[in-house]
Amino acid sequence: MVSNSNSDDAPYWSRAGLVEGVRLTLPALPSVTVFAAAFGTLAAQKGLSFIEATVMSAAVYAGMAQLVAMGIWADSLTLAAVTALFFVTLAVNMRFVLMGASLRPWLGKLPGWQVYPSLYLLTDVAWLVATRYRAGGRSDASVFLGSAAVLWVVWVAATMPGYLLGAMVSDPRRLGLDLVMPSMFVAMLVPLWRGARRAMAWLVAGVAAVAASYLIPGYWFIVIGAIAGSLTGGLVDGDD
Amino acid sequence: MATIDAANLGVPMAILAMAAATYLTRIAGFWLMAHVPVTARVRRMLEALPGSIVAATVLPFVLQSGASAVFAVSAAAGAMIVFRNDFAAVAAGMLVAVFARSFGF
Repeated sequence: MVSNSNSDDAPYWSRAGLVEGVRLTLPALPSVTVFAAAFGTLAAQKGLSFIEATVMSAAVYAGMAQLVAMGIWADSLTLAAVTALFFVTLAVNMRFVLMGASLRPWLGKLPGWQVYPSLYLLTDVAWLVATRYRAGGRSDASVFLGSAAVLWVVWVAATMPGYLLGAMVSDPRRLGLDLVMPSMFVAMLVPLWRGARRAMAWLVAGVAAVAASYLIPGYWFIVIGAIAGSLTGGLVDGDD
Repeated sequence: MATIDAANLGVPMAILAMAAATYLTRIAGFWLMAHVPVTARVRRMLEALPGSIVAATVLPFVLQSGASAVFAVSAAAGAMIVFRNDFAAVAAGMLVAVFARSFGF
């Protein structure tokens, strides 16, 4: 996908791209809704006000980090507690660093004042949708923005009923909602497939991540696995 | 509901700290790659990155979630290969998960 970077490959913005981004994101919305509602419920239990919970969803906008933060939320938020929240959030979201890096070859040709604000909305699903779209050889940056924007709206909107009503879906597992995101992730490997040789990197990434998830506490396994896979990709000789 | 005085400022500060940390991770990689010369090797590393992130995210989750998750993501991949459609992939994954779990997997 990065290899065919000729001049007509330059990124651009369009209204059609925004709509396309929203459309490609629809399959993820049920699980995002449940996820955000779960955060809202948890925030209510931890004593955050309705406004605080909603503002956190809007400003932080990172599901896994918000849930983990609720897990270590202290009744008395001292400077030490706030500092801890800062670093835990940094660690949980470290995968965004890699996602941002992978967007560089594509979005790097746009002016920074357009890209950096857009990156405020970077999440797993928007990255997934955009990367999958880009792997198809097209380069409309609005697909990323459209996906990211609709996800933000749904995330913030679903936090509110979650806060007010408590757990709306009592057992997401029975409905298979916990598998929406993994299904989308795995489905993305299909258009990304460039032969078994290149897929060696994915195998190394997966194995390294599994090993790290057993050996190292916290959420480092995604970053460790992804870096191991990326390094492998760099070492496998290019056949192009 | 934040009872003590410190918490009145504590919650906004906490939200601000979390938002700042998150935005930092969102822009750091993109910014960094502007300052790394993109050699053929770095290009291959970037090309391997998306699939590697996917594998590193999904494989630990699937192994911890058990057989139903293995069936579900396999079905999702199969549906994607056949239909080339995300809706079909997600629907297949959820259906197989519900089915497998109703049988106690």
